[in-house]
Parts: sequence; structure tokens; C-alpha cells
Amino acid sequence: MSALSIEHLTVALPRGADRPYALTDVSLSIAPGEILCVVGESGSGKSVTATTIMRLMAPGVRVEAGRVMLGETDLASLPDEALRRLRGRRIAMVFQEPMTALNPLMAVGDQLAEMWRTHTDLSAEKIAERSLAALREVALPDPEGALRAYPHELSGGQRQRVMIAMALALEPELLICDEPTTALDVTTQAQILTLIRELQRRRGTAVLFITHDFGVVAEIADRVAVMQQGVVVEQGSVQQVLTAPSHAYTRRLLAAVPGLRAPPARKISPEAVLEIRNLGKTYRPAGIFRRRRAARALDGVSVTLRRGATLGIVGESGSGKSTLARCAVGLLAFDQGEIRIAGRPLPPARQAAAHLVQMVFQDPYASLNPRRKVGDQVAQGPIAAGTPRAKALAEAAELFALVGLEPSALARFPHEFSGGQRQRIGIARALAMKPEVLVADEPVSALDVSVQAQVLTLLRELQARLGLSILFITHDLRVAAQLCDEVAVMQNGLVVEAGPIGQVFEYPAHAYTKSLLAAVPGRGMLGV
Amino acid sequence: MRRALLAYLRNPAALLGAVLVLAVLAMGLAAPLLFPNDPLGLAGRPLQWPGANPRFPLGTDPSGRDIMAQLFHGARVSLLIGFVATLVATAIGIAIGALAGFYSGLVDTVLMRLTEAFQTLPNFLLLLVLVAVFGSQIETVTIAIGLVSWPPVARLTRAEFLTLRTREFVQAARVQGLSDLHLMLREVLPNALPPVIVYASVVMAVAILLESALAFLQLSDPNVPSWGNLIGLGRNVLRVEWYVSAIPGVAILLTILGVSLVGQGLNDALNPRITGR
Repeated sequence: MSALSIEHLTVALPRGADRPYALTDVSLSIAPGEILCVVGESGSGKSVTATTIMRLMAPGVRVEAGRVMLGETDLASLPDEALRRLRGRRIAMVFQEPMTALNPLMAVGDQLAEMWRTHTDLSAEKIAERSLAALREVALPDPEGALRAYPHELSGGQRQRVMIAMALALEPELLICDEPTTALDVTTQAQILTLIRELQRRRGTAVLFITHDFGVVAEIADRVAVMQQGVVVEQGSVQQVLTAPSHAYTRRLLAAVPGLRAPPARKISPEAVLEIRNLGKTYRPAGIFRRRRAARALDGVSVTLRRGATLGIVGESGSGKSTLARCAVGLLAFDQGEIRIAGRPLPPARQAAAHLVQMVFQDPYASLNPRRKVGDQVAQGPIAAGTPRAKALAEAAELFALVGLEPSALARFPHEFSGGQRQRIGIARALAMKPEVLVADEPVSALDVSVQAQVLTLLRELQARLGLSILFITHDLRVAAQLCDEVAVMQNGLVVEAGPIGQVFEYPAHAYTKSLLAAVPGRGMLGV
Repeated sequence: MRRALLAYLRNPAALLGAVLVLAVLAMGLAAPLLFPNDPLGLAGRPLQWPGANPRFPLGTDPSGRDIMAQLFHGARVSLLIGFVATLVATAIGIAIGALAGFYSGLVDTVLMRLTEAFQTLPNFLLLLVLVAVFGSQIETVTIAIGLVSWPPVARLTRAEFLTLRTREFVQAARVQGLSDLHLMLREVLPNALPPVIVYASVVMAVAILLESALAFLQLSDPNVPSWGNLIGLGRNVLRVEWYVSAIPGVAILLTILGVSLVGQGLNDALNPRITGR
């Protein structure tokens, strides 16, 4: 008897979508006490599966065929009111973004208590008692204080713990987790995964765990279903799917997961192209009532990027790595220290700095102006610097060919491109200025794993061809291992360890580096 | 752009608005052809009811002027006032809002306090003062209406600029070495414009109403055949010959309804997330 069984489920998308069906003949089942990971890239239908079970689909999306059985209950045919009573009590859900899933104006304790107030008729004292016990169970530090806290007073990992406590409050048979650790740092992710695993074991809850990350799959799954374009292409035990995948798509996805072991070191030039010396930056809150404390984002950071090499800056959120990137391209003024590019200090004039250093941004959707042709956006920098328009556009066409796009695409608008293509445009835009240094701020973290692999390959090829020097900011140690020659590990505005990547990853000296490496998911099963 | 046009054409209320505005425009364009004589000239016996005399389908006003002719010529005046005043208001509003939102800090503080100073004065009173000081020719009235209507446009533009200027594509253009002027005009403004265009329709409707209100108080230019003037003339005979005020009143109502529906339709068409709701 399975806790959840989805039988031949077909879900139609509204007319005008990119395909007629979100899901086609999907069959899955989860036994009590089992964790099923549904893994796939964006658009594979994995999130639609979760929302269809809860019947929280977007408007216009509807079930066309099939059944969703929770124990003996057919969820697809249940009236709305009956389903509402069942949500929270028998099925619960943990969302990706714990900040937006909690009500910012309500204390955590009140939100948690709502679960019992809505679904049971326990007394107020009983509810308070259970709330406290629930927060204890998810191992929050200071559970009494957390009950009175508002969501913004907790960290991302703590908020996700509260979400899990809420989801498990009524001991549901089924817990749906939709990318619950994607927004979290790697060490926090490891803790949350352990927590879900422990609680689920203790209570025998069935878990449907949706993720795009094979590392996470390796850490938590009992069984795995791989989805592509709304179809389950492969299903089996985690051992079988990860080590002996039978479907070509699964093999392709697994091959795209970057390994943690760095390739053999290249010979790099001793000449420094970007020198950052003792850089300091403090964010001071503005206004008359300075309630927040000044935050020290960079606390005397010194790093050196060698010509033709890639220097990785790795660290968790709040480590100061993005601040470093923004200072290096002149987007942010710094309080102390020095940045030298090719031997000279970074000039304050925008135009002069543009020829020395360029940036590739994180979000391929936000980094292109939606209302202007991509060709103009690539060529506008050289045009402003005095290149004739026709020549700048011809160079842009060459750059498009170089980054693997049709030169005819110059006249199109950003919305006509996929995420990976947009990131290629962003790279072309940066290269158009022929900079000495390219700063890449998490350029692949918003991309699917297979697209990510393509963009990384492109960056490596461009580096070999043009002798690019790249300052590469990332939170993903696997990506860093594949691309970087040297690495600097940052924590709380300080560089705690730096050196050749093979050495740092193989023999980490600092405790923080060790904990980061230990937290990378899927080290064992994915063969490093 | 084509997607927005299609979305607009699928919206029946928006289409009705477009029809109303186009009808008023057609009235204004046809006025010199259909009524070549001076609409303010004496045409016949005063205060003839609509339909009483086949020469005057909508009757005559207390001075014996043809209401139908005034209505057609008035369409030109009302649309012109609405359009020019809106242009003045949005130009000032966008300039001030863009500078305040883009530079923030001290520039923002100074410009926004100025905007608030304008906003705290009731705009009709300010309009009365301007007209009292500078006279009531139609040109001054129009510009004065524009001068009292820009603060909300400035606030809206500022809000859009504040969020847009931190976007990555603006930062990318900054890193490319482009000037502030380029960033404001080419990167930020095109993305800030849709809500401002939508709000411009509200400014236009209010501008037409403000002119009518001035004319009702007989403070607008008496030498142009505006709808407001006609309502003002009918004020003295409101209880018996109410049609003198009611006919241009309905014209104003339909025009403003049309402009508002067009604005609402633009809002839905330019905001892809709302379409389909």
C-alpha cells in the first residue's frame, strides 16, 4: 500500500503555452517512509507535479486524465472544501523561498499555532506547548525566542526549519518539498537535508522531494524519478539511477554535473593583471535614525589574478564576494585599499575603466534591457567610446559567432532567447570592450545543469583563444573546481585561504574550507 | 509591441474607449467643414429647444448661438487643451521624476520637497491664481493646467526609476562606460514609460475637466467655443432650459469616459502579467 500514487496523470497547459501538456501519462508512487526525488531541468514538469497533487496549479492548468491517490482518497476528484481540510493535515508542503512563504507581519509562533487552530480544537495552552516542541524538534537555537520572532529576524536556514516544523505539525502522511534548499548556502543545505531525513525516518512520512540538483538527490533520495518535458523517462532506486543510468537523458544530465576534483593544473603566467590590496568596504546605514549597525563587507582583502588565468572567489552569502566583484569593476566605491589593473590604479572615470574591466552578471533575465535589440546593447559600449556604429555592429556580429550565436540574432530582442543564450549575449557584451580583466559574478548559477556545462565550456574556450583573465565569483565549489586555476575562500569579508585550486580542494588548511568542502552534496555517490 | 496591440484589441472596454475618443477627434476635424461659420456668431432666436427648429438640431443657447456648431468646434478646443496640458505635465513630471529617482540622495530630497509643495496646494486653487495673474487666454490656461498637473507624474516616474536603476542591465551599461544621460534615456526611461503613459490618460481627463470648471466660473477664455464655456452660459437658465448645460456636459462625460477606458486598456495591454485576468 503506497502513501501516494499518481496514476497516468496528464495535465494540460493553457492554450498558447510552449507545449500542450505539462505532464504526459506520469505514474509515480511513494511508500510510507520513503523519499522519492523528482529531478529534472526547468520546464520538465517537476513543480507542476507537486502543485497538481495539492491542486494549487496556476490558472488555466487542468488535469485531463489520471488519478492522484493519497491512501484511499482520490485527490483529483475531491471537492475543493474537502481538499482544503486535507491540506496541512494529510499533505504538507515546504517551498523554495522561506522568506516569501512566511507572513512577514506575523510572529513565527502565531503562524505555527495557526496549523493547530485551523485543523484541531486543542486549547491555547496545548497549542503553545506543541509549538515549542515542534521548534525544538527542528533544532532551532533558542526555540522560546524563535516563537516570538518575526521571519526577518531569522536566517534563511532558520526560516526553512520553521517551514518544516509547520509542515510536520499535524504529522501528515505526505510531505512535498519543492526545492527546499535551493535558496540556501551549502553548509545550511547540508543541515536541512539531514533534518528532513531524520524527521522523516522518525515519523515514517512519505516525502516527495523536488530538485534540480543531483548532489542533493544523492544525499537524500531512496528512489529517483527523472523527468524531461513532462514525461518520466527513468525511475528506480537512487543507487541504480545515479551509478547505472539506463536512459540517455539521465546519462547526459549526470555527465553535466561538474566534478569536485580539479583537472591537472595549467601553467600560468607569473604576471599579475589584477591586484587587489587590503580592500575594505563598510556598508553604513543611511538616515538620521541609525538603527542598524554598519556592516563590514570587506575587511582588508588582498588577492591577485594572473594574466590568462582564472581566479575563483568562493564563499557563502554574506562573505563579501559579490561586494568584491562590484568594487573591482568600479560599480561600488571602497573605503580603503587599492585596486590595480595591468599595473595602474583603477581609474574613477567610467569610460576609462570600461576598457580595463568588464562584468558578466548573474541573472540572464535581468541583465539585458528587455526593450532594446541585443545587438545595440552589445555595440553601445564601443560606440560610446568612439567606434563608428557600423564597425561596432560588425564586431558585435563577430562576437556573436564567437560565443556560439547566429550573427543574424543581433536584431532580436532579449525575450526571444533562452537563459543560456542570454548569458552568451552577456559574455559577448563584456568582450566587446576588449577588457584586460573579465569579472564574472555567479554567471552560471541561474542556469540548468546541462546549459551550465555549455557556458563553462564556452568560457574555457574563450580563455584559451583570447587569453582572458577571469575573476570568477561563485558559491558552487564544483563549478569552481572545473574552471579556476587559483581560488580564494572568503568568509565574513576576509580571505581565509587562497592558493592553486587543486591544492586547496585536495588539502584544505582552514577549518571553514574543510566545512564547505564537506557540505558539497553528493560527494560519495557521484564519485567526487 | 504587436502582442500589446493584440491584447488591446481583444479588450471590448478598451475598444469602446478608442471609438469614443476617435469620435470626438472626428467631430473636431469635421467642425470647419460642417459648420464653416463662426460658432460664436449669432445664428437665430435664443433658447430654442432641441428639435424645435430643423436648422438647429440641438437648439440654441441664451445668446442665440447654434449649440451643435459649438459642440463640434468645442471638441477641437477640449482635445487640444487636454493634449497640450498633458504634454506639459508629463514633460515636467518625467524630467523631475527621472532626475530625482536616478540620482536619489540630495537631488531627490530637493526635487521631492518641491513636488510636495506643489501637491499640498489644491490644484484648482493654484490654477485660479495662475489664471488671475497671467490672464485667461486659451494658451495661458492650457499651460497653467499643465503646470498644476505634473506632481503625480513626477512621483510615478521617480518610483519607477528608483527600482529600475539598480537592475543589472543598467549596471551592465554603466560598466560599459556609458554616460548618465544614456543610462536615463536609453536604458531606464523606455522601461519606466508604460505606467507613465497610462497615467497620462488620467492627466488628460483631469485637464479637460479643469478647463470646464474654469469656464463654468467664466474664468476661461470667452473667445473660444469650449464646452466649459457653453456649460457656463447655461448656468443662468439651468432650471428651465437645462439642455444648454446638459448637452456639453454629456459630451465631456463621454470624452473623459473614452480617455479613461483607453488608459485602462493600455494598462492591461502593457502589463502582460494582468492580461487574462
